[in-house]
Amino acid sequence: MNRRTPEPGSWLGIPEFPRAAKASLQDAEQRKNLTHATTTIRAKRVVRASEVPEWEELRTAAAQIKDRVARHLEQYLLQAEEAMTAAGVTVHWARDAADANRIVADIAKAKGVDEVVKIKSMVTQEIDLNEYLEAEGIAAWETDLAELIVQLGHDLPSHILVPAIHRNRSEVREIFKEEMGRYGRPAPEPISDEPSELAEAARLHLREKFLRSKMAVSGGNFIVADTGTLVIVESEGNGRMCLTLPETLVSVVGIEKVLPTLEDLEVFLKLLPRSSTGERMNPYTSMWTGVTPGDGPQDLHVVLLDNGRTNVLADPDGRAALRCIRCSACLNICPVYERVGGHAYGSPYPGPIGAILGPQLRGMGDANTRALPFASTLCGACNDVCPVRIPFTDILVHLRHKAVEHKTAKHPTGEQLLMKGAGWVMKDGRNLASVQLGTRFAGRVLRGKSLGPMPIPLASRWLQARDVEAPPTQTFRQWWKDEHEGGAK
Amino acid sequence: MNASPHVALFATCITDTMKPSVPIATVKLLERLGCRVSYPERQTCCGQIMTNTGYWDEAVPTVRNYVRSFEDYDYIVAPSGSCVGSVREQHPMLARHAGDAGLERDATAAASRTYELSEFLVDVLGVTDVGAYFPHRVTYHPPCHSVRIAKVGDRPLRLLREVRGIDLIDLPKAEECCGFGGTFSVKNPDVSIAMASDKARHVRTTGAEYLVAGDHACLMNIGGVLHRGRSGVKTIHLAEILAATEEDAR
Repeated sequence: MNRRTPEPGSWLGIPEFPRAAKASLQDAEQRKNLTHATTTIRAKRVVRASEVPEWEELRTAAAQIKDRVARHLEQYLLQAEEAMTAAGVTVHWARDAADANRIVADIAKAKGVDEVVKIKSMVTQEIDLNEYLEAEGIAAWETDLAELIVQLGHDLPSHILVPAIHRNRSEVREIFKEEMGRYGRPAPEPISDEPSELAEAARLHLREKFLRSKMAVSGGNFIVADTGTLVIVESEGNGRMCLTLPETLVSVVGIEKVLPTLEDLEVFLKLLPRSSTGERMNPYTSMWTGVTPGDGPQDLHVVLLDNGRTNVLADPDGRAALRCIRCSACLNICPVYERVGGHAYGSPYPGPIGAILGPQLRGMGDANTRALPFASTLCGACNDVCPVRIPFTDILVHLRHKAVEHKTAKHPTGEQLLMKGAGWVMKDGRNLASVQLGTRFAGRVLRGKSLGPMPIPLASRWLQARDVEAPPTQTFRQWWKDEHEGGAK
Repeated sequence: MNASPHVALFATCITDTMKPSVPIATVKLLERLGCRVSYPERQTCCGQIMTNTGYWDEAVPTVRNYVRSFEDYDYIVAPSGSCVGSVREQHPMLARHAGDAGLERDATAAASRTYELSEFLVDVLGVTDVGAYFPHRVTYHPPCHSVRIAKVGDRPLRLLREVRGIDLIDLPKAEECCGFGGTFSVKNPDVSIAMASDKARHVRTTGAEYLVAGDHACLMNIGGVLHRGRSGVKTIHLAEILAATEEDAR
């Protein structure tokens, strides 16, 4: 059967982070695009955050609200279900991606639709909904500009907020010219790489899909438990189209997205736009509470998705990752992300949040996922910008420990031997002193020569780009002894 | 504070073994400022290399050793924000991992007595002018762990600004990590090199003779790239500049 939507790229072919990163680093065009984009947005975030005198208190409040939700998640979810049901929403519970995908496809089939329009949503990327629907003969059209670029480009998203951040405008022009006509209204001819012309092409291409579609699929930024209100924040107005024109709206929402009250929402609506796009206020904030007769979708569904979230919740040292509101500030500030881009992380969740969320949602079963907590220098820049104060570096180190336990459970590894050796050396000053006899000897042999490139395993990875001074013939320990005969004075 | 505080130097394994001029400068500086300095020989390492690589069981003995090495001292001073950060943030966590409440209590207490060098000078000794003389063009890299974990703030810069003869130049993108990251530099060598090369490039644009930082590990990383590129820029630890006097220059 012929495909209805562009065939996307595949996460499956992407190797482990260090190898994937090496390949990305060689893409000079992408590195330029990323450096430009992240540098711009970082600067905007700093300005916007500094305008709010109570910024640090807001961050603390947000972290505390999210932690309270996590502590009483069952209660808030049941409350949300009750309020939504009372307002005319059909609530579904999905244990995993397969459950959620089936629920969405079944609704579409029951409605007799063979295409849906989509609002940008991380959770439907996480469960790969589009490909499931495609296999069921249902075309899912992305309507966010960047998601459209990714979809038409047979590509994969590389950023949470700006999934096409790795593309520049001349690449976008080529994609629009080449692909739009195959899946609907072609791009106007001629078309330049002026952002206004590209946006107009997207607007025209999408307009016919908005007007034609009978069903929309969204995610959800927040669900307010006591009123059953769903909240979506977006910047382009495409969300408004999806939320108002089609008759049926299905929202797939992670179970951690619930907030107790509308008052709590205020905190997040202040933090999210400033952290994410560097704007004071979010351009399009849609809030709806159930069905309003004669206005907007008359058939509302909410799919509450677990898909590993309860596993994250079960780990007291990792669960702060569930505070995440998908703002992308950690990606934009991350020096590793800036150089490597999103694809190397092997999932729709890249950057620091991907490195702590991916391994927790998916488990430590495969080597690619186990490599993610190590894809960080632990510089801590993400800790400082996170609007919900996720302690990224603590969780990264915690997950490294879990990855090591997983790796060494079956058989010992070379790294484990090295670390056991280091553990012995550092257990006592006498052990360190005896090892220092060796470094001093090496220092005498090398006589102050610095070490250049050489084919020693592991060391070569360091020496390929850096010279190292030869070890000194006298350690500090020895110097102290010589200066102060008889040890500590 | 009494007139001559008794300080235990935590030399840190890396400078003790690879760069003794750093702890030697620290001793000279502290003694010049009137401190009595001891070096408990039992000491080794903060354990960070094991902890951050995921080998927590192997790191626990270093916590025990740290606590015992420094139990008799009110002030423990280290010329490294990274090692101090590890002592403060990771030692209590490792003690909890070991299920040892007594060790957690002792590690927390030892951490509260542990100071990064610039913190000790500014906060405890109350000095920013340490009487140093260093007539060179210098740029300062703020190590990530000293800024974001140990939170030394701008203390190193306040100390450097008081150094006589110094020509201090701002480093572009100073707050960005140099890409060392301990075993990160071996596990993700290509990303690490890309970051170190960018940092070295920023250093070269300053025209500085010396790159200074409060952590030897960053200096080793950036300095390694600078040396390979024959840039002529030398690296120097904060303690070495602060210890330098006019007599040394003669």
